[in-house]
Amino acid sequence: MKRRNAGWVLFFLAPSAIPLLLFTAVPMVSSAWVSLHRWNLISPMEWVGLDNYTHLLSDPATRDVFLHTLIYCAGYLPLVFAGGLGLALLLNQRLPARAFFRAAYFLPVVTSWVVVALVWKWLLNPTSGLVNSLLGALGAPQPGWWTDPTWALPAVILASAWKDLGFVMVIMLAGLQAIAQDILEAARTDGAGAWQRFWRVTLPLLSPSTFFVVVISLINGFQVFDQVYVMTAGGPSGASQVVVGQIYDLTFRYGRAGEASALSWILFAVILVITALQVRGQRRWVHYA
Amino acid sequence: MRSFVRRGAAPLVAGLVLALAACSQGSATRTEEPAAGKSTVRYMNFSANDGHEKDLDAIKAAFEKANPDITVQIETLPYADYFTKLQTAVAGGTAGDAFELNYENFVTYTANGSLAELPGVDAAPYKPSLLDAFKADGKQYGLPASFSNVVLFYNKDHFTAAGVAAPTASWTWADEQAAAAKLTDKAKGVWGDYQPISFFEFYKTLAQSGGEFLAPDKKSATFNSDAGRKAAQFLVSKAGRTMPTEAQGAGTPDFDSKLFKDGKLAMWHSGIWMFSGLADATFDWDVVVEPGDTTKASAMFTNGAVVSAASKNKEAAQKWVTFLTSSDEMVQTRLSTSWELPPVADTGKVSSYLTAGKPANRQAVFDSLDATVLPPVIERQQEMQDAVTKELSAAAAGRKDVPTALADAQKAVDALLK
Repeated sequence: MKRRNAGWVLFFLAPSAIPLLLFTAVPMVSSAWVSLHRWNLISPMEWVGLDNYTHLLSDPATRDVFLHTLIYCAGYLPLVFAGGLGLALLLNQRLPARAFFRAAYFLPVVTSWVVVALVWKWLLNPTSGLVNSLLGALGAPQPGWWTDPTWALPAVILASAWKDLGFVMVIMLAGLQAIAQDILEAARTDGAGAWQRFWRVTLPLLSPSTFFVVVISLINGFQVFDQVYVMTAGGPSGASQVVVGQIYDLTFRYGRAGEASALSWILFAVILVITALQVRGQRRWVHYA
Repeated sequence: MRSFVRRGAAPLVAGLVLALAACSQGSATRTEEPAAGKSTVRYMNFSANDGHEKDLDAIKAAFEKANPDITVQIETLPYADYFTKLQTAVAGGTAGDAFELNYENFVTYTANGSLAELPGVDAAPYKPSLLDAFKADGKQYGLPASFSNVVLFYNKDHFTAAGVAAPTASWTWADEQAAAAKLTDKAKGVWGDYQPISFFEFYKTLAQSGGEFLAPDKKSATFNSDAGRKAAQFLVSKAGRTMPTEAQGAGTPDFDSKLFKDGKLAMWHSGIWMFSGLADATFDWDVVVEPGDTTKASAMFTNGAVVSAASKNKEAAQKWVTFLTSSDEMVQTRLSTSWELPPVADTGKVSSYLTAGKPANRQAVFDSLDATVLPPVIERQQEMQDAVTKELSAAAAGRKDVPTALADAQKAVDALLK
């Protein structure tokens, strides 16, 4: 690159580079610095080295919040993936009002989490909610949902899967439409049935989209916060407290910003490792046509 | 996915605090430019929220009339968000020149150096015990703004219908339990009793059964005792029997006040700040001093007004908090609106409270003051409150037995005291 062009390159990069530097790079570096201190946000910081990390790693609360986050991911990912794929297959057919349904299922994705969580909180209200009224009418048991420690996480999972269905659907629809019709035609000519065509042709050829959805959903899943904060605030009795919720509470409820920053970095490391493993593992099952 | 971009930064929430600090002139909380020769005092509070905003405005108007060179700018926030917001605002340098603190959080804020010492306070108007509550190391860092206590509310109609004698000041836990059992009618959705299973009810019932929450040196917790187990058992045993459980909605905001207002609750342990909200109740209700066990002990809460160490208008801010906590206009406003009580030494000034309307037995509010218990306070207050509440709710939901829950709670509080 010619030297006199460098100035122009910087000039055109600036609109995205400056916010990235200011709102991502600077906070990251400063949170790493904060994580080595004891700091209540108000008094001066006090150097503690790696104490925050060693304390967090031996604290049962850390284990609990990671466990809850894992349970969340384990419930959310299959639901959102199966649901999104099912919708994509359905809306890939020639149906009346197909465009309307595609838009309708995508609507929750662009809706604010606070609104969605409040609506679900109302739907899942144990005494007066629509879901329990229906269950009651059917004679089924009526769970306590967000008021019951056993059901609080499932309630959050249900709302989250519902909201993100449309996102998975759109990615999968794009993947489905990228599959060349002649491959499916060839399979049909060879006598493959509908199930075989789906299982042996469509699904393997969708694997790049599947890979993308799994990676993104897991990264999002580990960072789940908004819906938990609105629906359960981590309760009852901490039964639905997740990692980012704990980071929030440590900082803004308890004034332990150093530990919160350390926990952020632990979460970052966990997500990095999981994503790296997925990228490495993709060679075995992702087929780029 | 739009939220992906946003959530991508979520683990760095703590780092963003620095960015918040950089926004110390954030527009949402900016002080309006005062006119020449006038100064503006920003005041943050929670106790006017949800019904008393106009009453605080009346005090502000009276102050501004008496001090034409000072303008007061009031920010009222819900209690549930107040301390989170306040901490962030103090850290970011956007806190008001003056703000409200409850007694429980006063220690945390004096310890972190965010309060200005108030010079030359005239002690005469204040109840001495309340004034002392806002001292640290012998210096005055805040002025008591109000106090309130908790009494037993009861729905007279339920008592009459069930043929149960109304509560009296001499009731004990056993009387309360027996009445609650008779008044509970689950088929009709009517509950006999409601008392939150929380830190705040626990330290009080502990005092009622003769226990101590902290050792005298405040270096260790002492509530895992016979008295403590008895108190915890008393609270926990209500859940599901005479009181709704967590799974039935107990513990969610406004659950209990709604239940009582709907006429579905016979007895309710709650604060006198609820009086004005119940003015339009369609049933007959009254209050009585809370039942005790081996002794009587009523919860007393006090809120104070403090001046921020970072304020550029300390003198004007102190004038405002002094007026807010000791003026006759404040006393009149608080009494006529059944707000929390004014912290005044002169009991003659508060006598009109007794005849200010429902409930009839307002004398119970003052009788409760004969034996009060203040919340135990430590530097890591919020964590202690959360830890104790969490263990007690686990016991109430049957996930732990009471002795285990109390032992675990004591261990958690001891760790916070290290």
